[in-house]
Amino acid sequence: MLLIDAATALGRRMRDAVTDLAPIVGVIAFFQLVVLRAPFPNLAEVAVGLLCVVAGLALFVQGLESGLFPLGEAIAQGFARKGSASALLAFAFCLGFGTTVAEPALIAVAAEAAVVAADAGFVQATDAARDAYAFNLRMVVAASVGAAIVLGVLRILKGWPLHLLIIGGYVIVTAMTLFAPAEMIGIAFDSGGVTTSTITVPLVTALGVGLASSIKGRNPMLDGFGLIAFASLTPIIFVLGYGMVV
Amino acid sequence: MAFLAQLAATGWQTVLDVLPIVVVLLVFQVAVLRRRLPNVRRIAAGFVYVLLGLTLFLIGLTDALFPVGETMARQLTAAAATLAAPAWSDYLPVYAFAAAIGFSTTVAEPSLIAVALKAEEVSGGTVSAWGLRIAVALGVALGVALGCFRIVTGTPLPWYIVAAYVVVIAQTFRSARTIVPLAYDSGGVTTSTVTVPVVAALGLGLAANVPGRSPLIDGFGLIAFASVFPIMSVLGYAKMASWLGRRGKTGNKGNTGTKEEQP
Repeated sequence: MLLIDAATALGRRMRDAVTDLAPIVGVIAFFQLVVLRAPFPNLAEVAVGLLCVVAGLALFVQGLESGLFPLGEAIAQGFARKGSASALLAFAFCLGFGTTVAEPALIAVAAEAAVVAADAGFVQATDAARDAYAFNLRMVVAASVGAAIVLGVLRILKGWPLHLLIIGGYVIVTAMTLFAPAEMIGIAFDSGGVTTSTITVPLVTALGVGLASSIKGRNPMLDGFGLIAFASLTPIIFVLGYGMVV
Repeated sequence: MAFLAQLAATGWQTVLDVLPIVVVLLVFQVAVLRRRLPNVRRIAAGFVYVLLGLTLFLIGLTDALFPVGETMARQLTAAAATLAAPAWSDYLPVYAFAAAIGFSTTVAEPSLIAVALKAEEVSGGTVSAWGLRIAVALGVALGVALGCFRIVTGTPLPWYIVAAYVVVIAQTFRSARTIVPLAYDSGGVTTSTVTVPVVAALGLGLAANVPGRSPLIDGFGLIAFASVFPIMSVLGYAKMASWLGRRGKTGNKGNTGTKEEQP
């Protein structure tokens, strides 16, 4: 019985993953057939890879839903109801850091950035140097998301207006791009978008909405959102800063 | 055999990647909140799923998603590569492809659907979920196409992003207070795990194939475009919807489905 439940749940995730992938496959097929009129090279290998993506994404999301998400949500709500502010902030940082380190999109972009940086001679073209570059980039981004969630939780606790903080962030980013090395600017801006996908969004949203609904005078609609906005802004600042320091 | 070796290597890397979040959750649940773990077996099974899934996904990433983005960039620039001095307009198929990928992946994005439904709720029905999804998808399509134009022309990324920030700031001060947090969040959620690698590889492949461009300096930035433009389109759409709603109300007194916007 349990096995059948698991199988149907997995089937549903499989369908979701196919839905994610279908638009990309459709658009590429259209361009290959109508615009380019050329066969796609290595079609068999790519097809196997796409199957891996579908199966992997389905298993991954199913695992998150049955294991990590309920636990994370329970803890987030536990902290929202009671618990000291300092423990809550420590949890907020660890949650942001931990979820971002495991984010598949970030792993992908960091690896790609390392290859490009090595090809351009920005870092040494050895495996060790590339891995170190990708690892450092991921750690910097993860720390920045941790800081973002701390800031976002403080905002919910104190009731600061979101737009002023975000606009302040935009001003800092703009000022930093004037001084940051050109090699880091593109990667920095992109890292803001990659941090927030499969793992981070559900756990972080649960924390924000849970907090806002348990604190008196806070509206979950108005105060619960905005954590993700911080999580897409601080990586830009941190990676630009990292580029200026290194 | 090579596949098994790849599986083992990627699998071990995945364990290291997922470990931090598991440790964080366990420490806070058991040591700080002092509560027992509910459903230990279920959580353990979920952890195994996550490991297996992430491993397979990362293999598919290197075998399929990255090569697909790079191959498309190479094939779409092949016609322009035969020209002696290609102008930006010789890369029209690239912009069309980028816009199509941006639109189609965003319209179907599950987290955007969730945000759109919430926005419909917050606005009391003035903003329709479908209209918002189309608006955001058009925003992403325009953003990614503009990002490709930037790579082809080699103009500095900060000009575009800072200009977009200025527009967003101006819109923020003219928008209803309830829609602002949702709009800011929608910038982060529209780029899904499958879309990011394909779009990133497209940009890097494009920079590698356009003469005079360096992947390191010019190749990044498409994801940044895809994260800023949705904020604009959500704010813009909400503004337009409330304006249309108000106009419809003054024209037709019987229409009570819309709610007045908060100043």
